[in-house]
Amino acid sequence: MQWINTLVQGILLGGLYALYGTGLSLIFGVMRIVNLAHGDFIMLGAFMSLLVTMILGLPPLISLLIVVPVMFLVGFFLQRGILNTTIGKGLMPPLVITFGLSVIVQNVLQLGFSADSQGLDAGSLETASVTINEQLSIGIMPLITFLTAVGVLVALQIFFNRTKMGQAFRATSDDPATAELMGINSRQIYAIAMGIAFAIVAIAGVLLGIRTNFAPTDGPARLIFAFEAVIIGGLGSLWGTLAGGVILGLSQSIGAAINPAWFQLAGHVVTLVVLAVRPTGLFARTRDS
Amino acid sequence: MNRDRRLIIILSVALIFFASFAFWAGRGTMNTLTEFFYLLAIAQLWNLLAGYAGLISVGQQAWIGLGAYALLVTTDDLGLPVVIGLILAGCVAGILAFPTALLAFRLRGGYFAIGTWVIAEVFRLLVTSSTDWLGGGLGRSVPVTDLFSTPSNRITTIYIFAIVLAFGTIILTQWLMRSKVGLGLTAIRDNETAAASLGINTYRIKLLIFILCAVGTGMVGGLIALNQINIIPRSMFSVNWTAFMIFIVVIGGLGTIEGPIIGTLIFFLIREYLSNFGEWSFIVLGVIAVVMMLIAPQGLWGLVKQRVDIEIFPVRRLISAERLAGALGDDG
Repeated sequence: MQWINTLVQGILLGGLYALYGTGLSLIFGVMRIVNLAHGDFIMLGAFMSLLVTMILGLPPLISLLIVVPVMFLVGFFLQRGILNTTIGKGLMPPLVITFGLSVIVQNVLQLGFSADSQGLDAGSLETASVTINEQLSIGIMPLITFLTAVGVLVALQIFFNRTKMGQAFRATSDDPATAELMGINSRQIYAIAMGIAFAIVAIAGVLLGIRTNFAPTDGPARLIFAFEAVIIGGLGSLWGTLAGGVILGLSQSIGAAINPAWFQLAGHVVTLVVLAVRPTGLFARTRDS
Repeated sequence: MNRDRRLIIILSVALIFFASFAFWAGRGTMNTLTEFFYLLAIAQLWNLLAGYAGLISVGQQAWIGLGAYALLVTTDDLGLPVVIGLILAGCVAGILAFPTALLAFRLRGGYFAIGTWVIAEVFRLLVTSSTDWLGGGLGRSVPVTDLFSTPSNRITTIYIFAIVLAFGTIILTQWLMRSKVGLGLTAIRDNETAAASLGINTYRIKLLIFILCAVGTGMVGGLIALNQINIIPRSMFSVNWTAFMIFIVVIGGLGTIEGPIIGTLIFFLIREYLSNFGEWSFIVLGVIAVVMMLIAPQGLWGLVKQRVDIEIFPVRRLISAERLAGALGDDG
């Protein structure tokens, strides 16, 4: 019975990883950029929420109403002001710039909030749970996190398939030059894509902050979990990222149940095995080339 | 060739000059220079990897950490001399770089970067999980009192090794880039598909560079262990090592041998002035690297080269006027 608990926790944890991975995957899908500061921006979202809750006294979930739009703007202007200038100049500039940003964001957060762990206080919501039977109870927050991930993916799916702008996204992703000929401003599309990715990052950051304590230096580990969800699920597949996140969450939970020190290691090992056996991921749709 | 002779003279003079420090300089100077030379060595190796071979790795801390632990095990557990320990540190890194490359080479570009980072994390977690043998998260200490007769003997020895490794990596890069491998790398950098179609085994060349850089970085890792004495997985496998390499190379100039030398100098100046400010030194370095990439992606050395026609480490292939005339004559 203990095992069922572990499995359920792992699956729900996967929802959070899917949120991490979706932002990373979206940016890569549209502009072929890998944002090495992705994890640090997740932490920025969490700290921004902490700031909002401290100053305005709002509950963390309500702070999303402020943090999400602000992060959208941060992403939008980061792409428009900085990253758009590196388009077509090879792999190196975006990687070095986002790596530099990772170091900058991490250290600025450390200056502002000290290196100590912080937590977002969501009150009774944090410990609330639905009791299925004596041994198994499902936490409300992990459940909300998982359902949010599903909700974000459904919204993205509808956006890509049903809206004009979603079409423009797909067109730009496939062939930016031809898309421009059709009157699409690819730079604007890139900026909006980064904004959407940052909005998802903000949601992930706040949910992470309610779930556990967090510190400014936690960013790189979040980047790695995002990457692992994407690699296991397969590049370019939205629902693959959810599956990848769930497999990662399950691996970590099962690993930790066997030996608490194996939490991260189990996830890494599963990722490397997938990479060795099926380098395109388990549910790949597009190829990276 | 004239420019080669000039380079040999410059390198020899510099080597003799810095080696002489071992006889007269104080401990503080030698400590600072030791750090300078090993950072120069690992930056030069990252430059070879990313600047010349296009393999942008963020996981080079794997080899620093593994080299450090290999040195610890070979000297403390096996009782081998320091020199052998350093060589074996390189070997251990090189051997483990092979399976690492097999996995990481399945990823491209940015995902390759994170992939190398994940593998470095795996090595860190594996080392940390060995509490009985390697001391777990608390690490272990290098038995310096058994390895060196006196503290000043230790400082001098480490300094000499640091010079050897720094000059070694410079000479290795110079020699490689002038060899057939360098020609292949340049072709791959310009157009990988075209290079492959001309019969260049791009995979094998990249694998060779990846492993060579791991060996060099592993040896430096061993040296860092000797220098820092206390070996803790968290700091030995810290991504900061790779951050230093990237910042140094980007500020100085990617894909040149002169670049990392200038970059290390700047890096040291910034750190000296801002060392009391902790986070600020990282923020300043990060901002400089980002701004550099935006306004002058060729780095400081690239800016210098735009203004004066200078090349201390010639890796370009020059065609002599006579041969060019001959080739043109054949056509006509």
